[in-house]
Amino acid sequence: MSNHLTHESEARMGQHQIAAAAAQPAAPELEAVEFEPLSRGALIARGALGAAALYGAIAAGPLVRRAFAQMGGGDVEILNFALTLEYLEAAFYERALDQVDLGSETTEFAETILGDENEHVAALEKTIKSLGGKPVTAPMVEFPFSDEAAFLKLAQTLEDTGVAAYDGAAPAIESKELLATAGSIVQVEARHAARIRLARNQPPAPNAFDPTLTQRQVLKAVAPFVKA
Amino acid sequence: MSGTTTPAEKDSALTRLTRDPISRRRFVAAAGGTTAISTLLVACGDDDDSGSRANSDDMSTTTEMSGSNDAIAQFGKGDVGILNYALTLEYIEDDFYRDVIGSGLFKGADLELIRSFGKDEAAHVAALTQTVRKLGAKPAPKPKTKFPLDDARSVLELAATVENLGAAAYLGQAPRIESDAVLAAALSIHAVEGRHAAALNTLTEQSFVPDGAFAKPADAATVLDSVQPFLVG
Repeated sequence: MSNHLTHESEARMGQHQIAAAAAQPAAPELEAVEFEPLSRGALIARGALGAAALYGAIAAGPLVRRAFAQMGGGDVEILNFALTLEYLEAAFYERALDQVDLGSETTEFAETILGDENEHVAALEKTIKSLGGKPVTAPMVEFPFSDEAAFLKLAQTLEDTGVAAYDGAAPAIESKELLATAGSIVQVEARHAARIRLARNQPPAPNAFDPTLTQRQVLKAVAPFVKA
Repeated sequence: MSGTTTPAEKDSALTRLTRDPISRRRFVAAAGGTTAISTLLVACGDDDDSGSRANSDDMSTTTEMSGSNDAIAQFGKGDVGILNYALTLEYIEDDFYRDVIGSGLFKGADLELIRSFGKDEAAHVAALTQTVRKLGAKPAPKPKTKFPLDDARSVLELAATVENLGAAAYLGQAPRIESDAVLAAALSIHAVEGRHAAALNTLTEQSFVPDGAFAKPADAATVLDSVQPFLVG
């Protein structure tokens, strides 16, 4: 991944904005991306989140965008983007099971979900290597959960975002075999989201058509959980 | 993995992952950033074929994997056939929820959930019908259906079976879809069917991820066989 590309990223975002980003994906003009002074947080996010290179390439303007386009935008980049999210999700459930006092029902499905995310990580790493690519390293993460309710709320946001991320990226996948695998994973992410929503007495399927997010929107949404 | 019990009847209903050869496709921009269905409806009104992954590679792939998917030919060629197949399944789901709501077997939160799922299926029917028309083809006819609605428990179990099958059906077709706009819409619907299935599995004390970490696809012949008992005339 080209994480040496010059770029800026918004490193901090309120949780409500993540939920909003997941629920109401905008249709951003690339030119309309806001530029902000490169903060220490942004530098940290850049270093930690390898896949942010794509976001950076877009934010840095037409010149870098063209350079990025020449990299081909191939399947390895998409898989590394997915891998970054899966790393994040796996770490999220691992920490929660370790640090938060969860009830027995929540513990049971959180363990199931953790197992699934770990399998997704392993499959993506293996696939990237088999394509001759280099898997991104796992980002250092930090999650603001103190109790079960906070955990469930954040879990819902992460899983809904995961569904939107896979569905947004999948049509750009070139290989049919990889597309089938991505479809197989996104259905499982959707099932996780529904299970967590039920536990929160939220509608399991809030939309007739699941919304999609661009990679840029997803990376922005998860940036608050990535640290040095 | 705890909490993952795989009902035997689900395994038999779903087939193994379709193993089609890797084929290169034209790079296209992802449809992300907007709802897939609006992209679909815009794209399908356009004669420009950019965003289509049809090419000679895909033609040969289609031929190779046509065996168990021959069942779809009756619905039309290419994406139209897949859309009409999906439309037929959505018609069945839509009818099912309408009958369940009318049965008086449910009230309160369960009824609310069933109503919301029914509304989703009706929205899918409308979108698929419109898309087939935009592609210049004729939408599949609405099948006549009949469902065993004996008691609340068996109806919820039937709903779970139908939704798991629906999710597997979309997954089975996704790699065969030629147009990126149609693919984006199908994936968007697919995730909703997966959500329905997981919720109903939970309500009927089955695993919300019965296939484990990777959902299994179902081919058209398997799916159509499975819904046959609910079709009349």
